[in-house]
Amino acid sequence: MAQRVVILGGGTGGTLTANRLRRMYRPDEVEITVVDQDDRHVYQPGLLFVPFGLTHPEDIVRPRARQLHDGIAFRQSPIDHVDIEADEVHLSDGSVLSYDVLVVATGAVLVPEETEGLTGAGWMDKVFTFYSPEGAGALEAALATFGGGRLVVNVIDMPIKCPVAPLEFCFLADWYFRERGIRDRVELTYVTPLDGAFTKPVVSAHLGGMLNEKGVALVTEFNTGEVDGADGRLVAYDGREVPFDLAVVIPLHGGAPFVARSPGLGDELNFVPSDEHTLQSKSAPNVFVIGDAANVAASKAGSVTHFEGETLVENVRRYLGNEPLEAGFDGHANCFIETGFHKALLIDFNYETEPLPGHYPNAVGLPLLKESRLNHLGKLMFQWFYWHSLLPGRDIPGIGATIPTAGKTDATPASREE
Amino acid sequence: MSTTTIAATDLELSDEGFFVHPEQWTEDMVPELARRDGIDVLTDAHWQVIRFMRAEYFEKGTGPTVRVLGKTSGVSIKQLYQLFPKGPAKIAAKIAGIPKPRGCI
Repeated sequence: MAQRVVILGGGTGGTLTANRLRRMYRPDEVEITVVDQDDRHVYQPGLLFVPFGLTHPEDIVRPRARQLHDGIAFRQSPIDHVDIEADEVHLSDGSVLSYDVLVVATGAVLVPEETEGLTGAGWMDKVFTFYSPEGAGALEAALATFGGGRLVVNVIDMPIKCPVAPLEFCFLADWYFRERGIRDRVELTYVTPLDGAFTKPVVSAHLGGMLNEKGVALVTEFNTGEVDGADGRLVAYDGREVPFDLAVVIPLHGGAPFVARSPGLGDELNFVPSDEHTLQSKSAPNVFVIGDAANVAASKAGSVTHFEGETLVENVRRYLGNEPLEAGFDGHANCFIETGFHKALLIDFNYETEPLPGHYPNAVGLPLLKESRLNHLGKLMFQWFYWHSLLPGRDIPGIGATIPTAGKTDATPASREE
Repeated sequence: MSTTTIAATDLELSDEGFFVHPEQWTEDMVPELARRDGIDVLTDAHWQVIRFMRAEYFEKGTGPTVRVLGKTSGVSIKQLYQLFPKGPAKIAAKIAGIPKPRGCI
């Protein structure tokens, strides 16, 4: 009898896992079912470009089912809960899916309602987010008619998806207003709960310097307690205020709501605690987690999900075959950071190694930690790879799952960040 | 790294002032640690947060963030800022003798 793998979520992680497993097993060996509440697969890195008119929401959304290989069942329904004792997924339409292995790939959701005032007066009028297709589209219209004033970009709290995206937004906003000839009338401010521009010290110093060069003010250790859209101000828990005419807010994130309804599955933010190296959940041995849904100390980003895929699929295979798991994932992340003016920089790091200068993936590759046109082209080209290579579960030539050291100027592991 | 002496114990602290060896911490160090971060009066609520931070650290390997503290410690985020005005997660972690909460990456 075929073993049953149920994959919750048809985004980056769920899709590439399903396709890799389908190639590994015949349908009579393993039945694969992917569940998602809708049939809209968003290329999330594209959201950053929508507010600046560089792409459009309809150009970055494709049907989920079409990204899945033949022989993979797609069920469109919200998930009510998972019963990890009974190995069952209960869907909102009342049906029940039994599994031998469950893969949680339901990502992170935005929870703007957790911040006082954020979805109140001014929401989608002078307070926006570009972290959803709807928000990014509404922000495009608002930016197009923005004649000048104080534009504030605020990360409410970590964790967020793609932690560099809010900084990229600042860089692109600087470029956008220069192109429109009104940069001198726009005051740009980046407001973050962190004690610097970014979490990793080397990158934080580099990106902090770039904010400064581009005339973006930096406000650190600001824990937003309230967004007052009517009066146009962010209010921190410690009483500090930052006034704005237009606010771009990255709301709090959480795991998918069904996690909260599934006893024993998730943590207090509805992410699923998992082993950092095997990606097996700490909730049950036959539950694995990939991508933003996991509580691991890696960035919530598509590149991380992509690199996790290889380890995750191998460990599902080992679990089904009663073999010991492989501790294969090293926390590898790789991010293009768009800096405006048709340039980008690239960073590459993992659990142990700080982002380093040099070239990726080897000495003749793309420059690391340095602005270049080549990196900008790399970022644009990546969308093609995403649909045609990454989701189908093919390896991208030269891009391995673990961090490369060739081409870096000093690849000795840095001390672990706490 | 730096060293300091509190309650007759030599302690190793990180550059930012967090304990490197949480097992060196004892409750009688708390008043002095709190004073160094500008907290002169310790209430029961301070102690509740400090003990919660340590318990979380030893269970999960990292101290909680402010948001998680607000959801799980029984003390609201607003109250947490009244107790530890310079930042609840960081200051309470220092006083509780645990490393800097990892937050997120």
